[in-house]
Amino acid sequence: MAEAATRKEEEQEKKVTPFQQFWKSFKKQKVSFAAGVFLLLLFIVAAIGPFIAPYGPQEYDYDNLLSGPSWQHLAGTDDFGRDIFSRILHGAWISLSVGLSSVFIGALLGTILGIISGYFGKWVDSAIMRVMDVLLAFPGMLLAIGIIAILGPGLFNVVMAVAIFSVPVFARIIRSSTLAIKSTLYVEATQSIGSSHFRVIMKHIFPGTVSTLIVYFTMRIGSAILIAAGLSFLGLGADPSTPEWGAMLSNGRDYLNNAPHVTFFPGLAIFLTVLAFNLLGDGLRDALDPKIRD
Amino acid sequence: MLKYSVKRILGMIPLLFVISLIAFMFVHLIPGDPARLIAGTDATIEEIENIREKYGLDQPLYKQYMDYMGNLFQGDLGQSIVTGRPVLDMLVERFGPTLRLTLASMAWALLFGLLIGVISAVKRNKWPDHLSMFFAVSGVSIPSFWLGLMMIQLFSVQLGWFPTGGIGGIETYILPSFTLGAGVAAIIARFTRSSLMDVLKEDYIRTGRSKGLTEFKVINRHAVRNALIPVVTMSGLQFGFLLSGSIITETIFSWPGLGRLLINSITARDYPVIQSEILLFSLEFLLINLLVDLLYGFLNPKIRYEEGS
Repeated sequence: MAEAATRKEEEQEKKVTPFQQFWKSFKKQKVSFAAGVFLLLLFIVAAIGPFIAPYGPQEYDYDNLLSGPSWQHLAGTDDFGRDIFSRILHGAWISLSVGLSSVFIGALLGTILGIISGYFGKWVDSAIMRVMDVLLAFPGMLLAIGIIAILGPGLFNVVMAVAIFSVPVFARIIRSSTLAIKSTLYVEATQSIGSSHFRVIMKHIFPGTVSTLIVYFTMRIGSAILIAAGLSFLGLGADPSTPEWGAMLSNGRDYLNNAPHVTFFPGLAIFLTVLAFNLLGDGLRDALDPKIRD
Repeated sequence: MLKYSVKRILGMIPLLFVISLIAFMFVHLIPGDPARLIAGTDATIEEIENIREKYGLDQPLYKQYMDYMGNLFQGDLGQSIVTGRPVLDMLVERFGPTLRLTLASMAWALLFGLLIGVISAVKRNKWPDHLSMFFAVSGVSIPSFWLGLMMIQLFSVQLGWFPTGGIGGIETYILPSFTLGAGVAAIIARFTRSSLMDVLKEDYIRTGRSKGLTEFKVINRHAVRNALIPVVTMSGLQFGFLLSGSIITETIFSWPGLGRLLINSITARDYPVIQSEILLFSLEFLLINLLVDLLYGFLNPKIRYEEGS
């Protein structure tokens, strides 16, 4: 009887998928879980923002220039009488997509380069890693500003700039994961039965790097949003009239004395979003790292 | 140690070459004719030709690079298009304020970062730890331009304690250095916490406790000192980031440093200045990284031992 019960328990344990194991561990981290829920809501708001916003992003109200928060305008109005709350809702999509797309491009290129570098080694590895060293020799913000100085200001160029400076970070991390996986017995066994490089990489190496990739992807989104907003703040990113959070904040600088809310609310939106991504990243790292989980 | 240092210094040479090449190519990478870019939009054909000749832009690229490097070694970085002054003079003038601001920020960052990190590790999983780490995550998430502006609004506009910008006495340093140092303080705090927590698991800490040392002595004499080795090197790397991170802070506080000069130069399309600043910032960053590596080798007995054996 006892044996049967133990066997049943063992069977149940076997059925636990890696995802279930991760989910169990992740749910325990209440702050990170809350950050995840916040981000989920933010994505929904970003998607439906234009439909639920009480005013349009360029709707002028000349009777209410720079007025403080009220029931009519929850976060007040800017120097053109535009409703700041509505503009934040409209801008959520811009900030999120700039952060996501730049990190996605950086992660995609970085992962391809990191896997090639770690898997093939030798001169391929040296060549790729030296190029990455050169990119890392420039402090992030300076690299982004240099790229913008070449490409010219604009949101698309901001995405490119942030993507380029994310590439070496991902390449390095994925390379070290690849090196670790490459030396495992099962990869050696697969290679010895004559599997092609492509098959080994797609079936064994890449899946092994996914957890690291997820953690760094989440963490980098926060810094990408910060740098993109910083570039817009410096006047090198979004057009000043766009409801991009960094650009909105920059517009409010001239009215800091009499209308601080113009700067306060867009900054708060950036802060909370970046904070949520960082907290989620911390939680994912703890849940996906077997050393911590066990 | 000497072998390690020489290896590291030699390893930098190819990187320096590539960086000089990138800085040189900067003007050529911008779409359009470099001579036209330097001359400005309303320049006549004659003026553009003069610029082409003056800057040697009519020469083949390799010759231009050789000339550029030759001038660089003689300390000639060209002239600003906007002010007509030698770029080197402008950089020297701006370097002091940026360095002083960076040092002040680093002082804040180390003070708060170490304090928060140690409290957090010692009170692990208790409320001071949770609170400290919440501040630390907030520190890395807060946009520096927002923090700076909000501090100006509160401490300068509302309370009138500090000036809104510019450089002068010690009171002008408080807000900018705090703004710049907040993020680094958060990183140092997180790093100190994890480093100290690793050290606290070591056998010699248990020995210290079992022979009856007070907890203060164990932490202060044995744990913190050992935990500081990686923290020192990491703080050095952050110093390199701070020097370039001052771009935004200098803009907010109208600080007459290198960061603000860079932004003004980009707005005015003053290419010789941008080119030299890119070179200077990356050189600073590389040199600091090198110094940190050497310092790490010096502080860490393992590296010294490997070399000795």
